[in-house]
Amino acid sequence: MSFSVMLEQLSGGMIKSLGIFVLTLVFSLPLGLLVSFARMSKNSLLRTVTKAYISLMRGTPLMLQLLVVYFGPYYLFGMRIGGSYRFMAIIIGFALNYAAYFAEIYRSGIESMPVGQYEAANILGYSKTQCFFRIIFPQVVKRILPAVTNEVITLVKDTSLSFSLAYAEMFTIAKQIAAAETTFIPFVVAAVFYFVFNLVVAVGMETIEKKLSYYQ
Amino acid sequence: MRKILEMNHIRKEFDGLEVIHDISLSVEEGEILSIIGPSGSGKSTLLRCATMLEKIDGGEILYMGERAAWTEPDGKRVYPKGAKEKKIKSYFGLVFQNFNLFPHYSVIKNITDAPIVIQKRPKEEVYQEARELLAKMGLSDKEDAYPCQLSGGQCQRVAIARALALNPKILFFDEPTSALDPELTGEVLKVIKSLADLHITMVIVTHEMAFARDISDRIIFMDKGVVALEGKPEDVFDADHTRIKEFLGKFNRV
Ligand SMILES: Nc1ncnc2c1ncn2[C@@H]1O[C@H](COP(=O)(O)OP(=O)(O)OP(=O)(O)O)[C@@H](O)[C@H]1O
Ligand SMILES: [Mg+2]
Repeated sequence: MSFSVMLEQLSGGMIKSLGIFVLTLVFSLPLGLLVSFARMSKNSLLRTVTKAYISLMRGTPLMLQLLVVYFGPYYLFGMRIGGSYRFMAIIIGFALNYAAYFAEIYRSGIESMPVGQYEAANILGYSKTQCFFRIIFPQVVKRILPAVTNEVITLVKDTSLSFSLAYAEMFTIAKQIAAAETTFIPFVVAAVFYFVFNLVVAVGMETIEKKLSYYQ
Repeated sequence: MRKILEMNHIRKEFDGLEVIHDISLSVEEGEILSIIGPSGSGKSTLLRCATMLEKIDGGEILYMGERAAWTEPDGKRVYPKGAKEKKIKSYFGLVFQNFNLFPHYSVIKNITDAPIVIQKRPKEEVYQEARELLAKMGLSDKEDAYPCQLSGGQCQRVAIARALALNPKILFFDEPTSALDPELTGEVLKVIKSLADLHITMVIVTHEMAFARDISDRIIFMDKGVVALEGKPEDVFDADHTRIKEFLGKFNRV
């Protein structure tokens, strides 16, 4: 196999890795916020359930969770799996897992907000929703950005766990080529890919951080 | 004279411990009422009850003659919701000891956001009024600054402008200068004094005795959760009353 063919196959995998990365963030960031609300809810049942969910997601390997999401419908309900469900299972698994981590990050950010901000908004007549989205949340974003950056960088590397469902993303393809052609080169390419990917992510997050540094 | 605020037989407890015992007071239009008293006497709590930040455990609160909060004979508290709540909230403003400006908003946005978003007033008009307010506060050049770039005194003046921008009928201050260095206290007191000249109705909790004596139409001396003494400044400050003599004595010594 020539290097260019190898690269072509690998770049197909890169696009799939990117897809997992983007879709996971698109789903887990909002979901995490909802989970954090449930985690801080006045309803103790909701709070307990969410707490259990978060500790399960954080306490078991993501790879195992992916397998459960993928094979669960077959073993539990005898449903046929495979085809497009493979990709869906990956996104569901990643989103559920990352939502748990993001929920705790949101919670720490929201709980760190001084009560005076809520009181000032209340006195000025903001509704609870207006207060949250106009006053609290923008400040929370700034506070949690470093922690979110950590998670996002971990996610870049975690996308490689999709190999456990034999989904043809970057790492799975690299492994296949390496085995078939008995060469080490795909792994070098993969390493460069993940590294550059993370570099871009880090620069992107730093830019956002700078953008938000106009206050305090 | 029209009564802006009436508080009747207010009681408030925290964890079963009553800290406000059956306090009644009223504030008339254009009046300036100062509340003084030792630490822990319940001044902030009373103000927080009046501004609905704390819920009362007894009594009733009226704004402009409308019942804003009350307790039923069975002890149940009633706080109107929805449009009524919004209307009542629009009657008062509160200036906090530590300003509580929104750090992610510029000075002008801090002032204009609520009138535009909550009161849905036209943007141009709100901005123009906000600039006039800033001029009055001596902060015309700070319009685009962020709170973190201002001194405490400047922050407090922005907070006052923010409260005024909503045109409240009555403005509450909870120790507006206590978080400030002595040299910044004067500029804030001067601004409050200028509001007095405009006949804005105010209730001020303060430890600035000379200021309270100078600016107020009426003084309330609170002690241990009750109104211990109430009257014209000279009557209260020169009263032959053991507790207030003790209290004022502490100030004169420092
Ligand atoms: N959220 C709360 N929970 C429990 N107790 C409280 C709470 N807020 C106030 N208290 C208690 O109520 C009493 C009155 O407090 P308050 O803050 O109203 O006093 P203050 O007159 O404003 O004092 P200062 O001059 O120090 O500001 C105090 O004994 C205080 O400990
Ligand atoms: Mg106080």
